[in-house]
Amino acid sequence: MASHSESIIREPLVTGKDITYAKITNDILRPVEKMPGRAWWIGFTVASLGACLWVFAVSWTFWYGIGEWGLNKTIGWAWDITGFVWWVGIGHAGTLISAILLLFRQNWRNSINRSAEAMTIFAVICAATYVVSHMGRPWLAYWPLPLPNQFGSLWVNFNSPLVWDVFAISTYFSVSLVFWYTGLLPDLASIRDRATGIRRKIYSVCSFGWTGSVKTWQRFETVCLILAGISTPLVLSVHTIVSMDFATSLEPGWHTTIFPPYFVAGAIFSGFAMVQTLLLVARKVLGLENYITMFHVEAMNKIILLTGSIVGVAYLTEFFIAYYSGSEYEQYVFLNRFIGPYWWAGCMMYGCNVLMTQLMWFKKIRTNVAASWALSIVVNIGMWFERFVIIVVSLHRDFLPSSWAMFYPTWVDMSVFIGSIGLFFTMFLLFIRVFPSIAIAEVKLILKSSSEQAKKKLMEHGGLDPEQVEHYKESLTVFDSVEIADYKTTKQ
Amino acid sequence: MSSTKYILGLFDDPDEMMHGIDILQKNSVPIYDVFTPMPIHGIERKLGIKDSRLGYAAFMFGCLGGTTIFAMASYMLAIDWPINIGGKPAFSVPDFIPITFEWTVLFTAFGMVATFFYATHLFPGRTPRVMDLRATDDRFVIAIDAKGNTPHEDITNLLKQAGAVEVKHNDRKYVSYE
Repeated sequence: MASHSESIIREPLVTGKDITYAKITNDILRPVEKMPGRAWWIGFTVASLGACLWVFAVSWTFWYGIGEWGLNKTIGWAWDITGFVWWVGIGHAGTLISAILLLFRQNWRNSINRSAEAMTIFAVICAATYVVSHMGRPWLAYWPLPLPNQFGSLWVNFNSPLVWDVFAISTYFSVSLVFWYTGLLPDLASIRDRATGIRRKIYSVCSFGWTGSVKTWQRFETVCLILAGISTPLVLSVHTIVSMDFATSLEPGWHTTIFPPYFVAGAIFSGFAMVQTLLLVARKVLGLENYITMFHVEAMNKIILLTGSIVGVAYLTEFFIAYYSGSEYEQYVFLNRFIGPYWWAGCMMYGCNVLMTQLMWFKKIRTNVAASWALSIVVNIGMWFERFVIIVVSLHRDFLPSSWAMFYPTWVDMSVFIGSIGLFFTMFLLFIRVFPSIAIAEVKLILKSSSEQAKKKLMEHGGLDPEQVEHYKESLTVFDSVEIADYKTTKQ
Repeated sequence: MSSTKYILGLFDDPDEMMHGIDILQKNSVPIYDVFTPMPIHGIERKLGIKDSRLGYAAFMFGCLGGTTIFAMASYMLAIDWPINIGGKPAFSVPDFIPITFEWTVLFTAFGMVATFFYATHLFPGRTPRVMDLRATDDRFVIAIDAKGNTPHEDITNLLKQAGAVEVKHNDRKYVSYE
């Protein structure tokens, strides 16, 4: 049934008064149906300048080759793979929210899944561009595919983690895209049925003729559930395979058996930080505080705390195993993170990811928008440094001391990275203009059970445990979208 | 002879719409279809709609994907051109697990979604067969085929009695055509 009443001790997932189904549609579609405000234009201008920089830097790389990057004989892999792993990791939160939280029936995912999935797709696009541009000869980018060819056919080596990665990333991207677009169909139909003229025609094509009949919804839910079921192991496999790019090598600092779970936790960690970075701004600018509430913000912060701590345990394990292995090369690599020339990168990695995240234990910080946003940026930076430390710091001390080197990025390295951030935000800003940034149908689904007004009705109806009601009112005090004064008067 | 083709009962609340279905069924009025802005859990059983069989399709596509890539990798590396990699066996099953898994997922996802689109007649550019434009916004619509279901007034009254905010007698089946 659409409206079983939920326990009063659970926080509301939709706040605000007089929220009707029509109001949900209106609120969520406002950014799509109205002209964007000044904040959007400023953001879009800055982001698209970044995207232009990206186009320029990548074109430069293609024209002159990857010799334009700061790579040298010792450090043959640096910002490119760092950026790649960083972006792929960021993508993981979207699938976690849309798939794993769906399997666990976490209803709070309903209002954040759409933008998180969009973020996944854009992040994986950014990651994929690194793969293509670091090939040096991008017109041969089809070589990792097992296609018949004139060399014999000389097949790809399926024993190689890099080939596994091609399969993993391409599957991940296309399955995420299918999942996201299928979920969009009912909401695109909502736009279609309200639009006129050319907009109606465009959304009509995009919505595939969705009607919302019983059978369609039934199949839709089956599809979403199965997609969630297969995306869950998929997302775990993707970063496992990314970590195997390193873990199957013979490089101290890389060939660590803990890498798969450590990378997956780190990926979810960084991904949630990016979701937080985007949504804390989006909820304010788009006026969606009633749908992306403080509960959502806090829940995401809790996941950041959990995964950040898992990453912390993985770091400690690495150090212990380096000590316990008795291998002096292994021990040197880990000691070198603090006493070598890249000590500052090591400090950024451990400081941002482990120490700063521990602040999330305090509820005051978890429920403070400014602090959460600042910490999300800190995590984004820390996770970039984690990959930098693993990749560059492990490589820069070669087995031969005569080959020891430092890595100095050129302007092309920096422009590709900064540009990819611009590209990401350009795509995200376009997304919130043309597609509903919250899954409308899924929010409607929880309106009658989990909204603030439904809980209020429950309280007015009476017969509840006063202790639980007090607990509920207490939990509302952290919400920035709830009128606390209303609850002072409605004493039981 | 009335020109009404379909009678639509528009509800603004899913529970009242479910109640409306009960009342119509009690009075032996067959329901053509129900259009809602969100999935309604439990409605399939009420309307006697069978479980979706997409899960079977998904399973078959998954098996196909896994088999395809495993066979491809085995043929390419063990039969067509075995390469000596450090003396290790050419037919190295553990190394084929990641790609086999990936293509199982890939084929499952694409196959199942394609089956869903095919069975539900969803494709880009399909003209939406919409009976009421607010059914994707805030109305829960029960559609009744007017032909043979008479008298229409009685059906209208039943819907009103169940709490319908509006009852429409549409002369056209779909309102979305130009």
